[in-house]
Amino acid sequence: MNEFVFFINNVLISGVVIGSIYALGAVGITLIFSILRFAHFAHADLMTLGAFFAFFLTALFPAIGPALGLPTAFVMLPLAMGLTALTAVYLDKAFYKPLRAQGVKPIVLVMASLGVTLMLQGLIRMFMGTSSRNLYIDDRKGIHRIDVPFELANRPIVITDPQILLILFLVVAVIALHLFLTRSKLGKAMRAMSDNPDLARVSGINTQKVVTVTWIIAGSLAAAAGTLLSLDVSLKPDLSFMLLLPIFAAAIVGGVGHPYGALAGGFVIGFAETLSVFNWAVLLRPFRDQLWFDLPANLAFVPTEYKITVPFFILLAILVWRPTGLFKGKVL
Amino acid sequence: MHLLEAKNVHGGYGGMNILNGLDLAINADEIGVIVGPNGAGKSTLLKAIFGLLRVTEGSIELRGELITNADPGELVLKKMAFVPQEKNIFPSLTVQENLEMGAYSRQDNYQHILEQVYHFFPPLADKRSQPAGELSGGQRQMVAMGRALMIEPSLILLDEPTAGLSPLYMADIFERIVTINAAGVGVLMVEQHAKQALKIAHKGFVLVAGQNRFTDTGMNLINNPEVAKAFLGG
Amino acid sequence: MNTQWLTKEFGLCMALAVSILLLMVFMGSAYGIRVLVEASCYAIIALGLTIQWGYAGLFNAGIMGFVAIGGFSAMLLTFPVNQGFWSSDQASDLGQAFLKLLGAVVIVWAVVQLRRLSVPRSIRLPLLLITLAVAYLWVVNGFAPVTQAIVSQHGFIGGFGMPVWVGWLVGGILAGTVAYFIGHICLGLRSDYLAIATLGVAEIIKAFLKNSEWLTRGTLTVSPLPWPVPSAGEVGFITARALYLSVTAVLIAIIFYLLHAAYKGPWGRMMRAIRDNELSSAAMGKDVNQRRLEVFILGCILMGIGGAGLATFNGIFDPNGYLPLHHTFLIWVMVILGGPGNNLGTLFGAVFVYVIWIMSEPVALFILNTVSYFGNLWFAWEAPSDFASRALQARVFSIGLIITLVLRYAPKGLFPEKVQQYS
Repeated sequence: MNEFVFFINNVLISGVVIGSIYALGAVGITLIFSILRFAHFAHADLMTLGAFFAFFLTALFPAIGPALGLPTAFVMLPLAMGLTALTAVYLDKAFYKPLRAQGVKPIVLVMASLGVTLMLQGLIRMFMGTSSRNLYIDDRKGIHRIDVPFELANRPIVITDPQILLILFLVVAVIALHLFLTRSKLGKAMRAMSDNPDLARVSGINTQKVVTVTWIIAGSLAAAAGTLLSLDVSLKPDLSFMLLLPIFAAAIVGGVGHPYGALAGGFVIGFAETLSVFNWAVLLRPFRDQLWFDLPANLAFVPTEYKITVPFFILLAILVWRPTGLFKGKVL
Repeated sequence: MHLLEAKNVHGGYGGMNILNGLDLAINADEIGVIVGPNGAGKSTLLKAIFGLLRVTEGSIELRGELITNADPGELVLKKMAFVPQEKNIFPSLTVQENLEMGAYSRQDNYQHILEQVYHFFPPLADKRSQPAGELSGGQRQMVAMGRALMIEPSLILLDEPTAGLSPLYMADIFERIVTINAAGVGVLMVEQHAKQALKIAHKGFVLVAGQNRFTDTGMNLINNPEVAKAFLGG
Repeated sequence: MNTQWLTKEFGLCMALAVSILLLMVFMGSAYGIRVLVEASCYAIIALGLTIQWGYAGLFNAGIMGFVAIGGFSAMLLTFPVNQGFWSSDQASDLGQAFLKLLGAVVIVWAVVQLRRLSVPRSIRLPLLLITLAVAYLWVVNGFAPVTQAIVSQHGFIGGFGMPVWVGWLVGGILAGTVAYFIGHICLGLRSDYLAIATLGVAEIIKAFLKNSEWLTRGTLTVSPLPWPVPSAGEVGFITARALYLSVTAVLIAIIFYLLHAAYKGPWGRMMRAIRDNELSSAAMGKDVNQRRLEVFILGCILMGIGGAGLATFNGIFDPNGYLPLHHTFLIWVMVILGGPGNNLGTLFGAVFVYVIWIMSEPVALFILNTVSYFGNLWFAWEAPSDFASRALQARVFSIGLIITLVLRYAPKGLFPEKVQQYS
């Protein structure tokens, strides 16, 4: 049974956690794509930036968390989300909006977003250095060990505070986003603009307001994902680098312009990663006597150092077989 | 004072002028119909009036107020609505949501207008929670017009409302346009089905190469042998 | 009109020449020539990008990967043969591992061919997936012990000891092959997808080169790579580097001539037509995607060759030395600043940007040292220990800022593409 617990810890929980992170990033990518029609490459850097805002705030008020019984960085999350959202809105004003006004091709906006990526990375490293940091300053990460009620299992299932908070946050965020998009006037206007931007303008929809709201939502979700991931692991300036490809893969797998698809895509990519780096020999070991071949010590599909290939090949596969994604996004 | 008056309008895409000094005027209770050969600038004129295209010379007035190159959002607030020819619905939104988007600029309670639109286009009432993209061509056109009616416009611009519809639906749509007009809404529309459209027109404008060739009442244009021969197919 | 541009271009070139002279005077001519050689290799890479972006509007965000392939090929083909490995058992073991790979490919191919025997899809698909997984694990576990033995006993398999030009040529061909596969998948789709895919492929190439120690020695790096001209030990730094520079200069001249001829010819006209109006070109019966694929491959071949030249010049193959910042974004700045679609402008941009990039490091460090010196003197301010490495990040920021500013204020670059008017 220990092998099974190992599987739960390394595949199920890891997959849900990393899948949630990818989903939060991919929803932002997909929203920006559906409203502004370009692939926002600086999105992963917004995630890192959000985590750094949370880090700053935690360093400023380290005692708040312990007083409330929550990680300080999580208490600071709303503020960090707000700051990141504000940054996103102003990045748009400074760098993307003027180009849109000139009526450039979308690919030029993609390039501008690469420029923004470099600027954000340069700034973050200039102020924070390149070392990794812990988001727990005055408090400690809560780790829960749940014993499995089976004989033969003496290993517990392990889940941490940030992981629980992440999953809760994702559930709340998805419900809130769903209600916003289907019930509120602005949310409906957002979907309308994604459907038909020209008609939205003709109908008197305030397109600038919709654009701003898009950046606010995408920015705050990115900040939350970055912060919660850094809480669970650690805060590194090259966080964005590891996130960029998976979140794009997730958005495309789910069907670009389709928020629920992005959510599913995030989990597809997350589980694909954990399943492919999982050492299957562990699960087969109890049956090693019945097998007709020698069980190698390592039977992982992908060595950990090649993890980045997983989202990439899923991306290629989806582009070959179903470019519109699983949920029939916009045909590109 | 005219409801809408355009004087000597020039404009086009990029450096190319498509409109070369157009004049046009309709009154508050009138239907104006713009006809003419392909490429005469009919749709371009509607877009120019609605601020979707830069007017380089000339003026456009709504009830005497200058609206040249105004923002579409502003014109909506001035009770002017525009129904484009294609892509005139939000396909993934439900019929009801499409209509709500028409009322986006309204701050008041527009429930009664919604009911009026459903009353006016009964097929839509049954499909109010269905995505508009799943509807038939004629019903889509109803959604598009319904969306425009949500602001209770005093002037509605229609770009080929019967394009791609079967003759049966065409007559139906024309009938509804007359009804809308009878309720006190000025209508300015572009039509390929020139003869049928001019029959319901108070004013007709025959455009050629971005300029007025003939301007008269609808009936006079139909009876004008020159117009009939060149533009109405005999 | 024409003469006006000429004077502006002439002035810019003069300014560049003066700054190179200054560089030579202040840093010594050996250093100056080194910068020029590197700039010339970057110029080859940048020419590759300018035909992709300037001629066809293709966004390649993974230049680094193609540059690294070129460097890898230069290393593998030209490095002296490792006799110890080839005379050992591992050579035949490695051969067997490759045979397993071949066998696995044949088996997978056979399963795919089941379609011809009208085996239903519901059976074929799971069968294919299972075969793929098993074959994959079989091959991977076939390679693992061999490669481990190679690394522990011989370091790596060594090179093939071929002439340098073969290494460069193969570098171009390998880069072109990878480009073919990526382009084949992505070029029919929106241009954003190519950007994402190239970004990913570059990272994967780097991960492969870094982790395949049996092939590349990984982080241990391979050096010294042989030169196509007499090395510094034989004829001295200045002469050796000058000879190398003449090789790259001739190479650029050839590429330049060929591109110029192609650009003026029907092929170039068609390319620009497609870039400027895809729809009407397609309507006129041009095979848009095929033409784009050609351009993409051609550009990547140049990137491979440039990367090979760069690795050979540096004399070292270090997979960790390939950075998106240096080998992708810097090249983007060269191209968009110089004028996309204008070969001369690209050449100018490459040399100009590279000189500035190289000079910005000592300048930045000088400013930093001054700041921390006076900060310490006046405010007793202690600079953090990694102050220097942090402050160099200002260069990353500047690259990003330049990209966004050029896109906004000078989208056609300093040397705009001259559009010929036929009236």
